[in-house]
Amino acid sequence: MFRATAKFLGKSQLEEVRIHLGDYTVEYNGKRYDTSALKWDSPATGTVYGTALNYQGALAALGDAVYESPYQAPPQAPVMYIKPANTLIGCGQPIPLPEDVTELEMGAALGVVIARPAFHVSEAEVLDYVIGYTVANDVSIPHRSVYRPAISQKCRDGFCPLGPWIIQREAVADPDRLGVRVYINGQLRQENTTANLIRSVPRLIADIAEFMTLNAGDVLLVGVPEGAPLARAGDRVRIEIEQVGCLDNIVVPEQELLGGGAA
Amino acid sequence: MKRARVAYKGMIHQAVEQDGMLRLDDSRVVAEDEVVWLPPVKPRTVFALGLNYADHAQELAFKAPEEPLVFLKGPNTFIGHRAETPRPADVTYMHYECELAVVIGRPARKVKREDAYDCVAGYTVCNDYAFRDYLENYYRPNLRVKNRNSCTPLGPWLVDAADVPDPMNLTLRTYVNGELTQEGTTRDMIFSVPDLIEYLSSFMTLNSGDLILTGTPKGTVDTKVGDEVVTEIEGIGRLVNTIVEEKYVTC
Repeated sequence: MFRATAKFLGKSQLEEVRIHLGDYTVEYNGKRYDTSALKWDSPATGTVYGTALNYQGALAALGDAVYESPYQAPPQAPVMYIKPANTLIGCGQPIPLPEDVTELEMGAALGVVIARPAFHVSEAEVLDYVIGYTVANDVSIPHRSVYRPAISQKCRDGFCPLGPWIIQREAVADPDRLGVRVYINGQLRQENTTANLIRSVPRLIADIAEFMTLNAGDVLLVGVPEGAPLARAGDRVRIEIEQVGCLDNIVVPEQELLGGGAA
Repeated sequence: MKRARVAYKGMIHQAVEQDGMLRLDDSRVVAEDEVVWLPPVKPRTVFALGLNYADHAQELAFKAPEEPLVFLKGPNTFIGHRAETPRPADVTYMHYECELAVVIGRPARKVKREDAYDCVAGYTVCNDYAFRDYLENYYRPNLRVKNRNSCTPLGPWLVDAADVPDPMNLTLRTYVNGELTQEGTTRDMIFSVPDLIEYLSSFMTLNSGDLILTGTPKGTVDTKVGDEVVTEIEGIGRLVNTIVEEKYVTC
């Protein structure tokens, strides 16, 4: 059993819950619930930063293109981006499918949640700056180029489901050995492990904190494995990260959602 | 009206400009050098434009983009008027960028160009420093170039939209140690303020507190430790920043 912080839909503040990963139940206010019986909002309170090309396979998929125009050379510093506030939704909330798009990439990512401002920290001490972990789905409209920031492909409303909770750091024995699985309509469509990260979780945080502060509550998505599966309208998507949790969402055409945005 | 956010005697206040002084929200009137200036808005999502002036795109040997080149910035990077920006010891080229910053005042989705100004709360001045040594061709301009701590001065004032009759006809100027080094006009933007609001709101919802930094014209030069950099936009404000040595202790 581990502590976690969560935000329930309709509640204005974060709550503390206890997670039983064995039978996947949640203790809240002295009662025990199936995870699917609760309505979740995103528990993120800070800025959500993403990291591209941090799985060996994801960089390998670019092949020799990294030496050609427009890239010219393989990446040196972590390749980062921001998932802005409008993208965040909770577990169980619909992912809006834009009208002009038929398929979306489901980007399974471990989210590392920062405990206190981290700037110029050594790799050995990084985990002292981590409060816990969460599961994120870095949704994208499929696109190949990573030359320019992919705002119109990655920053649409509801394009970053996150949760269901932030589980305490102690729940994870080693963030660099976590299985990552994506199921669509119950079928396993992707399987990978954070052991395949180019920069390990501590190395990544230390390298980012070399040039900017990661603040308390910020969430760092450590990377999306190559071959992100595609989902269509009506598909039920589950992203599972061992020792952290399962994030469930359904893809729904945006015109069926109130205001065309996240519900 | 010109609005500011300042710290004064241990408290954060909203303030308005009054005869060259600041009138705080508790009606005390103080001089502008008695306060610590904070960014006039607490930014939510911040969009920044690359290559949005044809002459600057040419200066950097880029052809003008066909679609707005937009990147995002995090909250760690913003500082107020009269603050300091560190220059890392290893960089050879750190340049300012004087930019008109548009502050969104209400939720905006699928807004047409002709209605775009209705969503604007006001305008301020931004200096969007860049560290060209760290440029890489992945999600360019990358965060190491554009999202360093304290590298985006913003302010001093948020000027109400009603007081800016034509935001597309304002002169921008930058002075380094008193010498004019950059001069342009918002008329020369490739994508105008209404274009940008229409573009962004066509695929995502903008909200109150979001910021659009609209890009910089020609005339960016390297700046050194000790330089005073003043970015100024006609009718909006004069934003002062000093470049300092980057100092930190590694654990």
